[in-house]
Amino acid sequence: MEIINQSTSGTLESSDIQIILGPNKQGIDIDIRSSVQKQFGEHIDMLIRKILSDKMIENAKVLAVDNGALDCTIQARMETAIYRSIGENQRVDWGVVE
Amino acid sequence: MINRVKREIPEEVRGNNKVFTGVHTDCKVVQRTAPKVRPIKLDEEKWVASIEEVIDKLNLSDGMTISFHHHFREGDYIINLVMEAIAKKGIKNLTIAPSSLTNVHAPLVHHIKTGVITNMTTSGLRGELGEAISNGIMKEPVRLRSHGGRARAIESGDIKIDVAFLGVPSTDLYGNANGVKGKTICGSLGYAQMDAKYADQVVLLTDTILPYPNTPISIAQTDVDYIVELDKIGDSDGIGIGATRFTTNPKELQIAELVKEVITKSVYFKNGFSFQTGTGGAALAVTRFLAEEMKSNNIKASFALGGITKPMLTMLEENLVDTILDVQDFDKEAAISLGKQERQIEISASYYADPHNKGAAVNQLDVVILSALEVDKDFNVNVMTGSDGVLRGAIGGHCDAANAKMTIISAPLVRGRIPTIVDRVNTVITPGESVDVIVTEIGIAINPKRRDLIASLSDQGIPIYTIDALQEKAYGITGKPKPIEYEDKVVALVEYRDGTLIDKVLQVKQ
Repeated sequence: MEIINQSTSGTLESSDIQIILGPNKQGIDIDIRSSVQKQFGEHIDMLIRKILSDKMIENAKVLAVDNGALDCTIQARMETAIYRSIGENQRVDWGVVE
Repeated sequence: MINRVKREIPEEVRGNNKVFTGVHTDCKVVQRTAPKVRPIKLDEEKWVASIEEVIDKLNLSDGMTISFHHHFREGDYIINLVMEAIAKKGIKNLTIAPSSLTNVHAPLVHHIKTGVITNMTTSGLRGELGEAISNGIMKEPVRLRSHGGRARAIESGDIKIDVAFLGVPSTDLYGNANGVKGKTICGSLGYAQMDAKYADQVVLLTDTILPYPNTPISIAQTDVDYIVELDKIGDSDGIGIGATRFTTNPKELQIAELVKEVITKSVYFKNGFSFQTGTGGAALAVTRFLAEEMKSNNIKASFALGGITKPMLTMLEENLVDTILDVQDFDKEAAISLGKQERQIEISASYYADPHNKGAAVNQLDVVILSALEVDKDFNVNVMTGSDGVLRGAIGGHCDAANAKMTIISAPLVRGRIPTIVDRVNTVITPGESVDVIVTEIGIAINPKRRDLIASLSDQGIPIYTIDALQEKAYGITGKPKPIEYEDKVVALVEYRDGTLIDKVLQVKQ
C-alpha cells in the first residue's frame, strides 16, 4: 500500500496513542514521544515498523504520541491511520480487516 | 556489601552505617543526644521583625544543619521563604533536614546549584526536585528516611539540627504554639515536635500571634528561641492535594472492595481492633467500606492511626473508632477537627513510629493498608522511585507501619502500560518480610510465610494467586519492560527505620 494523504488517529488520553501518518520520499521515519519511552520506546518502534511492513508500506512518516497504550491499542490506531491515508477508504472491506 | 533484601550497598557510600539485616531491631541500649540551650534573660523578648534579622541573631553559618516540617504539604511557604533569605545572605554548604519535601519545593534546585544546599535528608522527593536529584545534581547522596526513622535519627544525633525553622499556625509571643488555631491551620504538629525538642535553636514562623498562653501547647515556650511574624505561612487547602481524592474509578473501588473482604474475613476483625489507612483513592474507599461492615457487624475499633482524613473523622463521630492518634492531618477537615475533638489526640513522630523508643504506636497496630508504586516477587515494596527510576515519592510511615499484625498493600496490577507487580522493584523501601497481603483488582497474593492467613482466607470467595502468577498476569498485559539504565553514581541512600541501609538510588541515564 502507498501512503498518499496525511492522516491522524487516536487521542492524547492516557492509555491511548495518537498517530500522525503521512507520505515519505524514501523509507520509514518514526518519531515516538512516549510516557513510557525508557521502558517501551524500542518496543513501540518495532511494533509500528511491523504493522507497516505487514501492510507492505515501504515509505511513510509516523509521529506517535503515546500515553502508555497497550499493543492492541497501538495496532488499532495504526491500522485506522493507514486506511485513512491510502485515499481509498471506501474500498476497505472493514468486515475482513484483521 | 549485599544486604538481606539482596541489594548492594557500595562501601564508598556506606560510611559508618550498617546494612539492613532484618525488621527486628537488636534492642540494645541507645544513648540519646541533647540540644544546647541558651537560657533566656528575664526581660528578653523572642519576637524578631523578619527572617533576615533572625538569621543574623542565630549566627547561621556555612556548614550548619537546618530543619523544617512538612505539615503544610503542598501548601508550604516556609521552606522556600527561609531558603531564599539564607541564600541572599551568602551562606553555603548547608544540610537541610526537613521531615519531607513536596512539589512546591522545586526552588531548592536553584539553591543546590549555587552551593547553598550540599546535603539533604528527607522522607519525600517529588517533581522537579526529584528529577534534578535523580539526574545527579547533588555531589553527596540524599539520605531518605521514614518518619519513624527520622525521629530515631534526631534522638540519636544522626541528624544534629543547629536551627529548626518551624511554621506554626499560631503562637503566643513566648512560643507556645499549635496547629489548630490561626489563619492557616495544619492540625497536628507531630513531626515538628521532634525538631522543637532536639534542635539547638528553634525559630517559629507564624501568621497568627495569640494572647499568652496559647493552648493547646503542641510546641512549648521552653524550647523556642525566636518568633517571626509573616503575612502568610502557607495554604491550608494545599494540605489535601494529591492525598484525598474521592474515587469513582471502578478499578480502585474493586481493589477497595477486596481489601475490605480481606480485613473482614481475617481474625483481626473483632471488637477493639486497630487500623491505619493511607492516602489515595483506594485507601479512602477502604475506610468507607470498612465503616459499613463495622456498623452491620457491631464492631468498634480501639484506635485509628497515621495521616488522618475526613472519612476517619466520620468513623470517630459515629463511635466506630474510639480514639484517633494523629501525627499528621491529610485534609483541612481533619486539621480543624483536631482542635475540637477530644478523642483525636496529637502524637509526635517518635510516639507514632520510632523503633528506638520504649514503644511506638505502630507496634500496637492490627491492620494497616498501604499503597505501592511497585511490589516484587519477594513482596518488597517501592514507594519512592517511578518506573523510570526517577525519585517521585515519599517513604512517609510506610516501612514503620508495615510491621502491623496484618500489612496489606493495595495496588492496581498495571497502571497504563506500567506493571505494578514486577520481578524486582527499582528501590526497596519496605522489606517483603513485613508485608503480608497484596491486593489487586483481580485478586490477592499472600506472603507464603503467613500460612495462617492463607488458611483463614482460602475458600472465602476471595481470588487468591501466588505473587509469581500476579506478576505474570501483569506482564501479560503490558509486555516486559526494558530495564532502566543507570549511571554508577549513588544519588540517594535509603535507610530502614532503624538506620541500617536497605537500598540505594542511582543516577538515571539520560
